[in-house]
Amino acid sequence: MIAEAGHYALVLALGLAIIQSIVPMLGARWRDAGLMNVARSSALAQFLFVALSFGALTMLHVTSDFSVVNVFENSHSLKPLIYKFTGVWGNHEGSMLLWVLILALFGAMVAAFGNNLPLSLRANVLAVQAWIAAAFYLFILATSNPFLRIASPPIEGRDLNPILQDIGLAIHPPMLYLGYVGFSISFSFAVAALIEGRIDAAWARWVRPWTLMAWIFLTLGIAMGSYWAYYELGWGGWWFWDPVENASLMPWLSGTALLHSAVVMEKRNALKVWTILLAIITFSLSLLGTFLVRSGVLTSVHTFASDPSRGVFILLILCFFIGGSLALYAWRAPALRQGGLFAPISREGALVLNNLFLTTACVTVLVGTLYPLGLEVLTGDKISVGAPFFNLTFGPLFVPLLIAVPFGPLLAWKRGDLLGAAQRLFAAGVAALIVVALVWAWAKGGAALAPLAIGLAVFVIVGAAVELIERIGLLRVPFRTAMHRAIGLPRSNWGTAFAHAGLGVALIGIVCETTWNSERIASLKQNDIVTVADYSVKLESLIQRQGPNYREQIAQFVVSRDGQQVGAMSPSKRNFATRGMSTTEAALLTRGASQLYISLGEAGADGAIAVRIYYKPLVLLIWLGPMLMAFGGLLSLSDRRLRVGAPKPAKASRDLQPAE
Amino acid sequence: MARLLALALIAVLAFSPVAFAVQPDEIMSDPAQEARARALSREYRCMVCQNQSIDDSDAPLARDLRLLVRERIAAGDSDSQVTDFLVTRYGEFVLLNPRVSRETFLLWLIPPMALAGGVLALWMHMRRRRSTSQSEIANTLALTPEEKAKLEKLIAAE
Repeated sequence: MIAEAGHYALVLALGLAIIQSIVPMLGARWRDAGLMNVARSSALAQFLFVALSFGALTMLHVTSDFSVVNVFENSHSLKPLIYKFTGVWGNHEGSMLLWVLILALFGAMVAAFGNNLPLSLRANVLAVQAWIAAAFYLFILATSNPFLRIASPPIEGRDLNPILQDIGLAIHPPMLYLGYVGFSISFSFAVAALIEGRIDAAWARWVRPWTLMAWIFLTLGIAMGSYWAYYELGWGGWWFWDPVENASLMPWLSGTALLHSAVVMEKRNALKVWTILLAIITFSLSLLGTFLVRSGVLTSVHTFASDPSRGVFILLILCFFIGGSLALYAWRAPALRQGGLFAPISREGALVLNNLFLTTACVTVLVGTLYPLGLEVLTGDKISVGAPFFNLTFGPLFVPLLIAVPFGPLLAWKRGDLLGAAQRLFAAGVAALIVVALVWAWAKGGAALAPLAIGLAVFVIVGAAVELIERIGLLRVPFRTAMHRAIGLPRSNWGTAFAHAGLGVALIGIVCETTWNSERIASLKQNDIVTVADYSVKLESLIQRQGPNYREQIAQFVVSRDGQQVGAMSPSKRNFATRGMSTTEAALLTRGASQLYISLGEAGADGAIAVRIYYKPLVLLIWLGPMLMAFGGLLSLSDRRLRVGAPKPAKASRDLQPAE
Repeated sequence: MARLLALALIAVLAFSPVAFAVQPDEIMSDPAQEARARALSREYRCMVCQNQSIDDSDAPLARDLRLLVRERIAAGDSDSQVTDFLVTRYGEFVLLNPRVSRETFLLWLIPPMALAGGVLALWMHMRRRRSTSQSEIANTLALTPEEKAKLEKLIAAE
């Protein structure tokens, strides 16, 4: 019953989406407010029905209804409750349902909070949103129905893949999808603007917060996924340049570019046409990511070719939306008026430079990801493009970008003073050089690149601080005045500084982890001691334990430094009987921003166990950086100038107060 | 197919189920040679895995390849000799960092070309914008025939 209800709700959502994709657009054409307003109610109702459908699938998973194929294949009655919830999207069908749920949520948010949008713009935006939704509802219903029944229901399910039985699954995919799908709003706004043939500053003011919101989620989603891989996969890697990761990195890169060009568009009414194109590209890359991940084309081109129903369907969606929007762009964009002029050395110029490097970086990732697929399809030759390629091509692009980052906010709009900016960044440059010298001395020579990279990171961080100090006039005006100005400074300025500093922080983490990571691989027996970096690690005991749906072997270690015990670590290996799979649960000991990392290997016949121990200096900065960036994004989002549905400036209400 | 897609999904969410790569018994006694073996291992793909180097993978094939790399190093091969040996055996697919060849020159060429193309497009755009804006300014500054006539009249009246 519940499964059928969920299925039916999804069909109703499809019906609503089809109505919403046609009626409001006709209304906008005929200037009929009644027809245009259909968009609002249907977007809200659509969200309601998709939520019902998602709720139904969740209920089936929580109650372990194994008469449903999806539950049977991905659940087990003994699975802990939290994973019964997260298991809903831990599979293809469920994750597509989550995808459309989030899409409908964003549509409903535009409908609910878009009261101050021009009526025709709102109608067009929601109609475009509904095209996307309708395509994906059709995809789910036609090829990936999560509500299919089994004729003779089994007693027990096949369990969720053990690797996914982790809190990471609860957070990572929803975050990532909120980011991916969030860019659909900027896309819909861009297409609506092209249909209307008109964009103004109000358009940019609307698009920016939505883009920013999607970007914040995507940033956190990627960082979270990286940390999850780091502790779950058991060899301490945090970025693999895997096509699947690249699929999420590409929209992030172009989304970051979009965020910056939207600033230019909002403040200076320039780069309009380019901003529209970026909005289209960013969501296209999100769709491409969905295609790469969902079609199975990555596992093997041959699997894709042997059962192409799903892959071809998404490929058609992809071609329709990317091709259609780009064609519309080619047709309508030349009619859009170009905006304000600016000199190459100016805030706008700096943001254009940012866009240039970010899009080139994005192209690099795109080529590296798709080239092997294309080559195999065309010639049958198989090549691999892996981490070494990306490190060689992607890395160098970020160096000029990072050098330019502190300059951008210090340049004036229209025409900037590069020399003046350089003078103000003198302190940051000196700080960077001192750090380079210190790190060089500490590392006693060694790799020359690492101290330089850390110096660059320090330049970016101090540069972000310099920007704030300049703005509030610290050291120039009395301290109290400066503090007063700091409070009055727009939150988006604070946001910029935090986000830029986060970039530097992440870079320090990346450089330290890759350069000074120490590793010990050893076969240990009880009471054996090994030393890693300055820590000595002693294997105290090996024990067996029964978990809810697995058996695990736990090794207990005691960690000491200079004879002082600093902590205990107990990594384990879990065996899941239902799937016959095992996972390693690495143990982490955090010391400041650094971590000690232990994972277990095979146990030998002689009672010894293979152990891998790492000391990863400042590794946590890799994820602290993106968190700072996301925090900066949040600050900027809370700026009242950008706040959705807050059109009145603060002063207006004060002026209206009666005189005493 | 459903299971394959499920696998693809796992790959999405958690890349791939790998526990442990280099085993203690594989490590070479000479630390310098071992360091070379580790560095080389990161450049070779475990062909049965999804985008993993043999250094990261715990698949049996990866272990065999790691041992093979160490064998070659112990036999006195240089780094490029080891690479050539693996490529003749397993094809270009084994290299995570593809060599420049007829098949891959575009792969290596597109990123720098994208940057150069971007710079060029920007430069041309800026030039065009500036010249059009200058001609606009020139147009507004230049006097129309009526204005000219008026001015001449004024001057004549002086």
